[in-house]
Amino acid sequence: MPIGYLVRRVMQFFIVLWGAATLNFFLPRLAPGNPVRDRLLSQASQGGLLQSGVEEMVRAYNAEFGLDKPLWVQYGRYLYHVFQLDFGFSIANYPAKVLPMITAALPWTIGLLVVSSCWAFVIGTLLGALAAWPRAPRFFRYLIGPAMALSAIPYYMLSIVLVYLFAVTWPIFPLSRGYSISRLPGFNLPFILDVLRHAILPGFSIVLAALGFWALGMRGMMVTTRGEDYVTFAEAKGLRDRRIFFSYGLRNAILPQMTAFAISLGTVVSGSVIVEAIFAYPGIGTLLLRAISASDYFLIYGIVFMIVLSIALATLAIDLLYPFLDPRISYRKA
Amino acid sequence: MTADTARHATAQAQAGQPLLQVRDLRVYYHTPRGAAKAVDGVSFSLEPGERLGLVGESGSGKSTIALSLMRLIKPPGVIEGGEVLLGGEDLLAKSEEEMRQVRLAGVAMVAQGAMNSLNPVKRVREQILDGLADHGQPIAKRAVADTLGALLRSVGLKPEVAGMFPHELSGGMKQRVVTAIAISLRPKVIIADEPTSALDVVVQRQIMDTLLRVQQDLGAAVILIGHDMGLMAQFVTRLGVMYAGKLVELCPVQAIFDEPLMPYSQLLIASLPSLTKKGELRGIPGLPPSLLDRPTGCPFRARCPHAFDRCAVEEPALRELRPGHWAACHLY
Repeated sequence: MPIGYLVRRVMQFFIVLWGAATLNFFLPRLAPGNPVRDRLLSQASQGGLLQSGVEEMVRAYNAEFGLDKPLWVQYGRYLYHVFQLDFGFSIANYPAKVLPMITAALPWTIGLLVVSSCWAFVIGTLLGALAAWPRAPRFFRYLIGPAMALSAIPYYMLSIVLVYLFAVTWPIFPLSRGYSISRLPGFNLPFILDVLRHAILPGFSIVLAALGFWALGMRGMMVTTRGEDYVTFAEAKGLRDRRIFFSYGLRNAILPQMTAFAISLGTVVSGSVIVEAIFAYPGIGTLLLRAISASDYFLIYGIVFMIVLSIALATLAIDLLYPFLDPRISYRKA
Repeated sequence: MTADTARHATAQAQAGQPLLQVRDLRVYYHTPRGAAKAVDGVSFSLEPGERLGLVGESGSGKSTIALSLMRLIKPPGVIEGGEVLLGGEDLLAKSEEEMRQVRLAGVAMVAQGAMNSLNPVKRVREQILDGLADHGQPIAKRAVADTLGALLRSVGLKPEVAGMFPHELSGGMKQRVVTAIAISLRPKVIIADEPTSALDVVVQRQIMDTLLRVQQDLGAAVILIGHDMGLMAQFVTRLGVMYAGKLVELCPVQAIFDEPLMPYSQLLIASLPSLTKKGELRGIPGLPPSLLDRPTGCPFRARCPHAFDRCAVEEPALRELRPGHWAACHLY
């Protein structure tokens, strides 16, 4: 892989991050209002403090958060901190810092969403490919109908139905949360099994809902691929059908799917909000929801930046990987 | 069995059976408007080492014959009947797995549109080795380079080509790779379906020379399909003319130029440009009949300048009108 390409692509990655961080900084500041004053005033209206005291506290907190400095100083300090992944303190949970809150929630989201997204991709892609393969069992063609129906149902609807059926009507699985309240988190077998049990319903709803999307896309690509001359020639070469399917069909048809998959992995962090909310799952989505309802700007910044970071990382990864997947794509400048 | 046919059968057994025998092959494409008879009762045979050409206009059934010899006809196409005997064994009666083994090892194809016949994301090496591996002939790791090198050299390519991807090759090189794959298991019959259709004349010539050389090295028989009469004249020993799913003339290649018997062949030859005679180029007026509802009698009669009453009622059978020269026409 030429170094020049690598450098260019990594630079592009940092420019995207810088742009996102800058927007992230300036957009909220364009809106009127001061978060510190708003928060203190809302507390004051509950507690009955005097207005004059509030103004002093606003000044004090502004100094504490550095909000009294000129904008460009704030911006410089912000950038300096952001690139160290230091997003400051959470306003709603002061003195908790933003980063530890995110890193505490991240494993839950990655564990649930990345794993179930991967399953959905693998199962959906195989299903779609088999549905388009003439010598595959007819059974797979019948599965496309249900898969299409499932992909049309929003995944949160699916979650609610699943919760109703398997947690309320037949309480096989727990209703919500990432693990039982009674259990102490730790790296031991009972806890891991408990976590898995809690992940089944939300995971299943994500897999079911996303499966149809991948299956339909793959089926379309596979129908095109199976008509290619090289598939006919592979048949004329007397290859085993299994090899033709994997090595000449699926291998080629999967290429456009990979880009879509990388982007979907990148958006996993943000796409999880509703599922996590329904299942009260202790992940990023739940954290973001709480941050928004509490106007916790720094936490919101932190999470949004992490989302941008994950999308940028995923697209960087697929860009660097793609020439290995499709040798026709070269690293040379287009 | 009469004494005559018995004697004939014995004579044939003594002379050795032909390598490939196609008897009354019928391939129909089933459409909502009825069956299109793409190949309708075609019979011919191929001796070991022989080069047979099949010419005819688009839709005359040439490529369908090629695909049905490999049993690669896809729905809605169906091989309705007939026999394809390779060394005495009926390919049409084999199981799918047995037929898979015959492909490449017994009958190999140099595909039409060879430009796209290679998988763009696999190296040449893998595409050659795949075929060997699935015929129970995996090569030991140490021998791979030698085997591939020899194979590629035999079609006029450098051994380094093995490590390349198809998009790094020119059209002629791709065609050579396809040829190398086709001969990798030393097949008895090579079917070349317009192997040079997308190449310029210089490369065409090189490819045909290569094909001729490997064919002679292997002693394989070749069926060359195309519509380039010049190419046929240079390459094949015997020529079959297809019209509307039927073989209408079959003779040594020189005879088709010297004395074409069937009026379609005559017009085909007359339509060729000549170096010595000046004149306007003439085509054959009219269109071939619909394969869906074929007229009674001779399929060519609507375009035939010599058609008479009998042509409308009775379909002419392929008969040996001169020694070794078969044609389907009522004129003789």
